[in-house]
Amino acid sequence: MAENIAITWRRIPERYRLAGTQCTTCKTKFFPPRKICSTCRRKGKIESFQFSGKGEIYSFSGVHSAPAGLELEIPYVLAIVQLVEGPKVTAQIVDCTENMVKFKDKVEFVFRKIRSDDPEGLIHYGYKFRLVK
Amino acid sequence: MTSETGIVGYGAYVPSYRIKAEEIARVWGEEPDRIIKGLGVMEKSVPGLDEDAATLAVEASRNALAVADIEPSRLGAVYVGSESHPYAVKPTATMVAEAIGSTPDVMAADLEFACKAGTAAIQIGMGLVASHMAEYSLAVGTDTSQGRPGDALEYTAGAGAAAFIIGRQKEQILAKLEATYSFTTDTPDFWRRQHAEFPTHGGRFTGEPAYFRHVMGATQGLFEKTGMEANDFDYFVFHQPNGKFPLEVAKKMGLDVEKVKPGLMTPIIGNTYSAASPIGLCAVLDIAKPGQRILLTSFGSGAGSDSFAMEVTDNLVEARERAPHKLAWYVGRKNYLDYGLYVKHRRKLKSL
Ligand SMILES: [Zn+2]
Repeated sequence: MAENIAITWRRIPERYRLAGTQCTTCKTKFFPPRKICSTCRRKGKIESFQFSGKGEIYSFSGVHSAPAGLELEIPYVLAIVQLVEGPKVTAQIVDCTENMVKFKDKVEFVFRKIRSDDPEGLIHYGYKFRLVK
Repeated sequence: MTSETGIVGYGAYVPSYRIKAEEIARVWGEEPDRIIKGLGVMEKSVPGLDEDAATLAVEASRNALAVADIEPSRLGAVYVGSESHPYAVKPTATMVAEAIGSTPDVMAADLEFACKAGTAAIQIGMGLVASHMAEYSLAVGTDTSQGRPGDALEYTAGAGAAAFIIGRQKEQILAKLEATYSFTTDTPDFWRRQHAEFPTHGGRFTGEPAYFRHVMGATQGLFEKTGMEANDFDYFVFHQPNGKFPLEVAKKMGLDVEKVKPGLMTPIIGNTYSAASPIGLCAVLDIAKPGQRILLTSFGSGAGSDSFAMEVTDNLVEARERAPHKLAWYVGRKNYLDYGLYVKHRRKLKSL
């Protein structure tokens, strides 16, 4: 439980607002944030980078059998989103059904509840995406 | 009275889900026309399963920041008013401040005063900004309120948020906050105890001694304080627990009903509680012209009303186009729910 809270807390900037990093040497953007550039290694200089939250659907599928804690949400759409800055992230597409989503559809990032531990536990928040139409 | 502060950014958010009053009436065996006419509400907004007062507040605040066109780190204060804060203990304001990127150099707290906690946050912001304790202050009203199944409130209790950034730089001000006046008494018209799931209300007692007395008292008090009169205003935005009360205020006070209608959103999104009159203000700011005056009066059970006089500046016309999404965009997108899905969304069954 305590470890769970520590991990959640450390990742708040990336989960709440898509805070990532970039290598100023080769301009590669990283999400989730990385501390070392895989191309430039020690020559790379890493600094924080704020993603715009804009992207497009790279692939998607409907989820009809939910993991524990998300039973009420099925059916929902899970997608790999390619951010305009480059990185790909896996996230839920909100406020839609599977038949409303197409490859390359434009999406934007939204802040939503991810799950809550139990009625007395912590509520976890983070990024999901919404179709822009 | 000279103005020192003003609204430099504003934004709204309404969830995409809706349920029609007709559908709720069908389940409870009520006559739909009687309900719709009686309450003046045709349908209401319902939060998604992954939405709460915090997520609503974040999106409204992001819209406000885009309109203000300022770095989030320059917000000196974040105050979030709600009666449906996700936690009993643990602030919503810290989540909002973190999600918009204003931490850690920021004052923050949650406010609670039934449906007027959002306008209380605006008043606090005016004080902080005028006194130079903060350069900019964010005020949010947000709610995902519940009505007991079968209760009259079930037809009206909606979900939404509105956010305002208060500043003092003349070239950034979109609407000058010319004056504010509050009318407050201890009145037991509506309450919810610590562990109760649904609120309890005083039935007929919620009208005359509560809503009308405070809304009209604050509005009249603002007129007296400023020396302004009804003819000085182009728009009136009143708290809107249903679609009829604001129009009745206009009739009782001899105001032009047409000046109330542009800020009346409850008939199509329901009563969004702390966001109700603030969302009405967003609707008016989206159409107002430079030089026009807006009067806003909120109401919170318990009870009190905050009244504001504002004058729109030339800056508004360009600034409002910077919003990623305006109120009309949110209001226009609709995913209709039937009562069964609505019960699931609001987790109204004990086992959910
Ligand atoms: Zn590199």
